[in-house]
Amino acid sequence: MPLFEALRLALQTIRTQKLKSGFSLLGVFIGVASLIGAWSIVNGVNRYMTEKFAQTLFGVNTFQLRRRPMFTPNVPDSVWRAWARRPRIRFSDAEALTAGFTVPVVTAWQSSENNTVTYRDKTARDIELTAASERYFEIKNLRVAIGRAFTSQENRSGAAVAVLGDAVAQRLFVDRSPLDRSVRIAGTAYRVIGVVERQGSILGFPLDRFVVVPALSPAQNLVNPPGILDAFLVKAQSEPEMRLAMDQAEGIMRSRRHLRPRQDDNFALDTSEGVQRFWAGISRILVVVLPGVVLVSLVIGGIVIMNIMLMAVAERTREIGLRKSLGARRRDVLRQFLAESAAIATVGAAFGVVAGIGLTLLIGAASPLPASLSPVSIVLGVIMGAGVGVVAGVYPASRAARLDPIAALRQE
Amino acid sequence: MTLPQTFRTGDTPLPNIIILTHKLTRAYDMGGEVVRALQGVSVQIRKNEYVAVMGPSGSGKSTLMNLIGCLDTPTSGEYWLNGQKVSDLDDDELARIRNKEIGFVFQTFNLLPRASALHNVELPLIYAGAGARERRARAARALERVGLGDRMEHRPNELSGGQRQRVAIARALVNDPSILLADEPTGNLDSTTSGEIMAVFRDLHRQGQTIVMVTHEHDIAAHAARVVTLRDGLIASDQLQAA
Repeated sequence: MPLFEALRLALQTIRTQKLKSGFSLLGVFIGVASLIGAWSIVNGVNRYMTEKFAQTLFGVNTFQLRRRPMFTPNVPDSVWRAWARRPRIRFSDAEALTAGFTVPVVTAWQSSENNTVTYRDKTARDIELTAASERYFEIKNLRVAIGRAFTSQENRSGAAVAVLGDAVAQRLFVDRSPLDRSVRIAGTAYRVIGVVERQGSILGFPLDRFVVVPALSPAQNLVNPPGILDAFLVKAQSEPEMRLAMDQAEGIMRSRRHLRPRQDDNFALDTSEGVQRFWAGISRILVVVLPGVVLVSLVIGGIVIMNIMLMAVAERTREIGLRKSLGARRRDVLRQFLAESAAIATVGAAFGVVAGIGLTLLIGAASPLPASLSPVSIVLGVIMGAGVGVVAGVYPASRAARLDPIAALRQE
Repeated sequence: MTLPQTFRTGDTPLPNIIILTHKLTRAYDMGGEVVRALQGVSVQIRKNEYVAVMGPSGSGKSTLMNLIGCLDTPTSGEYWLNGQKVSDLDDDELARIRNKEIGFVFQTFNLLPRASALHNVELPLIYAGAGARERRARAARALERVGLGDRMEHRPNELSGGQRQRVAIARALVNDPSILLADEPTGNLDSTTSGEIMAVFRDLHRQGQTIVMVTHEHDIAAHAARVVTLRDGLIASDQLQAA
């Protein structure tokens, strides 16, 4: 029997036994749908990380001098303790670096701590209070939508002015203009001079709950001990210039800290690559866990199909006997049942692809996770689905093929 | 009846002999106990004969039927079908012989319930590797031959018992087999319908079809030109009778 006949017969059987086939393809359906859905999430976050996060939020050609790296998966306690013993980054370090760079760079200071901001009787809690220098907005790609950012003069003089994140402005002022109003941070009054454009969220974390004040404003004591910085941000004009600036920063810092050639750096120079490495670490875990979940549902799907096929062989013993008596060879019968189980699985996989695409759209629309469909996952899903069908069909089909036609015909 | 040829091992049958069995035996191992269902059956059937095989249950007629139908292989002895020695063929070759040389008609019709009459008749042609158009044409012709030209798209449950058996006969004929092998073809039919089926067989026989029919009903066997009776795995009698 040609393959085409076998397939036609298989589809016909599925059509006539919709309910049973429906149940039997459920496992493959779920497996493929979850494969595509989960793959889309990983893929989407991946793209988000490489495109949006790294490029926009961290900044292009930007690095940060910190006491320790910002994003670090699976760091042992001993390393953490060593990091905690490191000296902190000081204002004087930042000044020395700014003076020492020979490549054109834009720099900013940054220290952040959560605090509460109030306006009259309204309170915004858990707001990220950032004390930064004036180029911070430029480096972080924060566009001021209303009003203005503070000037270098205001920064140096430590003016009590504040630029609000969109969520904070909404919370404290609702529809009214916050400009020139006075908000309070830990008892000190700050004049609002600007509101930053809405940033949205990343992986469900809101990005608009912040207030930026000049690095030398009274709030500097709320975010760090005197003279201490969380991070020194450096943005170069190109990738090679950033590398060069990093080398220079490393050299300057090492000499300031009197490190011997054998000694490791006791500071960190973070780039967006660091963030991406962090994400790569997480996605590696997903890449290990995810196939496990998919595999389990496909194995279950395969077992269900095998059972259904064994039932089908038992139910259709007479049919098999008849077909053999009419000239079907073993391989004809084998092919017929293999095609049937592969067809069931492939139909399941096809529905799974549709559901997976729907799931991806749903996740993209209704959840904070960025989901992006990957064609590879669709191809893989269909291949795996059909493969499960073939593998699950081998045993039932070979049982059918081995049936003795006389006994099979006698079966009631 | 005298044999047309005294057959010895090593001979080949005469050209007009469709079926030749020589000292055919078949033993079954029934849980350690050997049951010898056939104990040396030698029979020759010429082209265009109409033979009824009779015998009480346990006489070995089903076993002989299975062997002649190439559904089973003998323990010993020879079986020649249409000039070819089939007693030592393997599974796949037997399947091919069943497909090309034998048309089965069963007591219980054995039609695929979800398939149309036409598709049921097409089945042997699928395994013969015929193309779709040729299959349809030949299946339609076979159905017309048994008087069901107007029932081609009907499913078995939309047909009467006699019509179902005629679909089965069309299916048996569609490959132009050397023999039509019928196993109790009227066993599930009332006497009127049985008469119809016997009329179909008579017509086919007149058109030159060789027919071997297993039955235990004497009035059905009476339609055949020759009656072979088995008893205890051996031929008890082999008689020609007036049609």
